[in-house]
Amino acid sequence: MATSRDDFVIAFRSAFLKKKDKQKFSLLTLLFLSILVIILSNYNFKVIQLIKIGINEFTYRASFLISTPENKIQKINSQIKDHLKVYDNYKNLELELEKLKQKKLTNNFLKMENEKLRDLINESINSNEILARVLIDKESPFLRSIILNKGTKDKLKIGMAVVDEVHLVGKVIEVNFTNSRVLLLSDLNSKIPVVLEPIGMQAVVSGTGGTNGKIQYTKEEYSDDINNQEIIAYTSGLGGLFKPGLPVGKISRINPHEIVFFSDFKQLEYVKIISLNIEDNN
Amino acid sequence: MSSLNKNSLSNIIFSYFPIGMLFLSVFNDFDFNYLKIEYFSFNFAHILIFFWTLKNPDHLGYVSIFLAGIINDVIIGMPIGISSFCYLLICTATAYIRNITLSPNFINDWLSFLFIILLINSILVSILDLIFLIEIDYLKYLINTGFTFLLYPIFFFFFNFINQKISFRLND
Repeated sequence: MATSRDDFVIAFRSAFLKKKDKQKFSLLTLLFLSILVIILSNYNFKVIQLIKIGINEFTYRASFLISTPENKIQKINSQIKDHLKVYDNYKNLELELEKLKQKKLTNNFLKMENEKLRDLINESINSNEILARVLIDKESPFLRSIILNKGTKDKLKIGMAVVDEVHLVGKVIEVNFTNSRVLLLSDLNSKIPVVLEPIGMQAVVSGTGGTNGKIQYTKEEYSDDINNQEIIAYTSGLGGLFKPGLPVGKISRINPHEIVFFSDFKQLEYVKIISLNIEDNN
Repeated sequence: MSSLNKNSLSNIIFSYFPIGMLFLSVFNDFDFNYLKIEYFSFNFAHILIFFWTLKNPDHLGYVSIFLAGIINDVIIGMPIGISSFCYLLICTATAYIRNITLSPNFINDWLSFLFIILLINSILVSILDLIFLIEIDYLKYLINTGFTFLLYPIFFFFFNFINQKISFRLND
């Protein structure tokens, strides 16, 4: 009994402390070092922050370069698929264009009316847009995020909204000098205050880690109010971070508590970062 | 002369294969899910580290594994140091298995691998959820662990082939 315990101890000590010829550090040293890194990375000391930013800058750039061949292959693959579906796409787009032309007329009227109403309450919303390129969009099953090529040098700040053309895709959660990380709407940790229109109900859109999101924290049950109409979620602007009225997604017809995002997060190449400035002129 | 050069070049390629693949996998963060199958994912780095630190640790240094973990955390966006810690725990387990094993057996290795990845993923999930308060999908981690375990034999035969090439060339 004592011998087997001794064997275990010897094997365990050997595993931890013994260095092989080509190993420069023992496992125990490196394990302690990694624990130290985990602890230190949570402190906001300036030196640690600078080291973190340095590591991020280097890693993101290197990853972008190393991923280039794989990205090229994926791009060619999607181009071939697009070519094969070109006629069907053309027919669908033609129909969609007709609908959009009709909607545009109504939208122009609503936009002017909205501006007039804001003038009446002496409030103006200014927003600046920064165009950014997606450097890394690796889809990890554990965290849905993308890396952009804009950072503090372009006056980016944590919390800014990121849109793909007009649809919201996420918010900035980490800013380095030349790049930044955006948490996508589909991530489990993403929570965005929205308003469901046309029923006018406030809610929160949460990510699920999958392709769709879910509607949470509504004041009352709204399934009965839907009545086969299309419910669209827009940012409510209640958090004070996002510009109100950015389209997020539409309620799924199968499950009224599920939201289908407008943007396809796998196809992001260029995005716009929106900074919000609400002025109350009273 | 040319044949000597060719030999040394292929020797270099084979000897740096484990490190090259490890860094390529963490920088690229690939999971081979090109078919975009819902829920399908597996941890290639875990398989690679387990195999090479168990069978031929001279070709995959602990410092490289530590650095690869740091890079993986930065790319995925997890708190820095967690992946390094998990990767090094795999190394500890493989070093222990190496010390207690007299005659290596594939089934034993495979079952040990399951135990180790379940353990380190549990540690990882606990740290993320309880200490860093990051919301995570437990089911996805479980499925990831399952696929990593199931796909181990395929990579085992591939890596074993490379390992034999390396050993053969070194002894040649």
